[in-house]
Amino acid sequence: MPLSAAAADASAGNSAPVYELTNVGKTYARNLVIALEDVSVTLHRGSFSSVIGSSGCGKSTLLKIMAGLIPPSTGRVVLQDQPVTGPRRDIGMMFQQATLFPWRTTVENIVLPIEIRDGRAAAVKAKDRAHELLDVVGLKGFEDVYPNELSGGMAQRAAICRMLITEPAVLLLDEPFSALDELSRDMMNMELQRICAEQHATAFLVTHSIAEAVILSDHIYVMKPRPGRLAEVVTVDLPRPRTLDMITTPKFGSLVDYIRGLLDKGEAL
Amino acid sequence: MSEADTKAIPNSMQETVWVEEVSFLDRVPRSVSMTFVFAVFLGLWQLSTSLGLVSPIILPTPGETFKDLVFVGKNLLSGDYMLLALWITVKEVIYGFALAIVIGFSLGVLVGETAFGERAIMPYLVAIDTMPKVAFAPLFVAWLGFGIESKVALAAFIATFPIVVGTAAGLHAADENSRMLFKTMGASRMQTLIKMKLPMGLPQMFTGLKIGAVGVMAGAITGEFLGGGKGFGELIRVAASQLNTPRVFSLILYLSLFGLALYALVTWTQRRVVFWHKASFVGNDE
Repeated sequence: MPLSAAAADASAGNSAPVYELTNVGKTYARNLVIALEDVSVTLHRGSFSSVIGSSGCGKSTLLKIMAGLIPPSTGRVVLQDQPVTGPRRDIGMMFQQATLFPWRTTVENIVLPIEIRDGRAAAVKAKDRAHELLDVVGLKGFEDVYPNELSGGMAQRAAICRMLITEPAVLLLDEPFSALDELSRDMMNMELQRICAEQHATAFLVTHSIAEAVILSDHIYVMKPRPGRLAEVVTVDLPRPRTLDMITTPKFGSLVDYIRGLLDKGEAL
Repeated sequence: MSEADTKAIPNSMQETVWVEEVSFLDRVPRSVSMTFVFAVFLGLWQLSTSLGLVSPIILPTPGETFKDLVFVGKNLLSGDYMLLALWITVKEVIYGFALAIVIGFSLGVLVGETAFGERAIMPYLVAIDTMPKVAFAPLFVAWLGFGIESKVALAAFIATFPIVVGTAAGLHAADENSRMLFKTMGASRMQTLIKMKLPMGLPQMFTGLKIGAVGVMAGAITGEFLGGGKGFGELIRVAASQLNTPRVFSLILYLSLFGLALYALVTWTQRRVVFWHKASFVGNDE
């Protein structure tokens, strides 16, 4: 099986890295816990990568460093040739909860990042773009609805629009659909694939689900805990676009088994 | 196939009907049950006075009270001295409430938003809040005189604390995800406060305002009892000293109508402003 990091470039088969983390480590000074040790991640333009690991493997620390929310203790974090030293407008982020604000309509929620960065006038101008994005995610007609009238899946669709409105260079997805039921989750994953392909997005997903990681990703960063470090980077060479039928193919099954094996090994340490 | 199976068929063809048990009391409409309770109250009141269980000086009959209620009502409508007294109390309450809102909100933001406020100011606020605030009334009279200022001060003093606590609690209500989202969007502290923390905290702030609205009335009347003046509290005090119990009752009733109106105003504003937070109106109206 083609499972090494060296094979990574082949599948995306394209341009320069968008996001590069080199030997990144994080030690929390408060209790001297080593959360992350010597992690290197390379995201190529238009590629989809996932990080998977048991809790305590440092994947949320990794994501926070990538989002510019906390500084790394060691190593280099470079996005589009600029070191990341704080939150950046070329980073888009999505969480487990949609986190839409109930006093704003759907479209007002979506243009919120613009309003914060460039002011109210720019936000009004961005509404056209917001309408286009709502169309892309299948929420046309829900522009002026308040979030408590949206279902969980619809709210996450709106959150996707809010993330895309600033046209970020990289999308950081922190278990975005794990609060949804399994049927909606499968559907949203397929939607995510479609949207990422349409927008040529570079995405990085944190997940607990091996199947979700395999169906969406080009590369899967498998992490092991205590201290959090990379076990292996698995390349998924299933053809695109991926479909839910692929879940039953032998190739999918063997990839899932292989990753589960890596995770079990990590757990035993 | 046994006999039991064939017998079961007609049974399964029947529609499933269930009757939900609702107790008789729960089925009575709200208006009827409210009227009923009021009637029982009136009946007991009438009974206790006409049987001579209570002296008429202590408790007037419902009839007497009603007659006085009409008299006071007429006086208020004709713009006589009672309306002037009520106007003074209304002014005290409104100024006191406005002052409490301004001070309470500012202190609440200071305490809820800054580490300094939380560490250095909150302990003193808690300490003052535990004191019986009415005991400060003589001080306010000594400082501000027998005019409306001392009543406004006491009313504001009582109403400020719940507003501080409500505002501070509201600012702490923002969840981790919302904070993180604002951080990733590169929002400044001011933007985070205005666009996220304050709106998110509105339900708690309104809870504080409602408690404050009740306190401000108590403050103004207590101020008048203890510091004289020409307000409605003074009318009550005079009527009580003349053993004019029906008058005391009707004055209290009109006063509570005003209190109710103030509370309703706050609730109405809340429904307008916090339209998105359903839980904050449940139980308040209807």
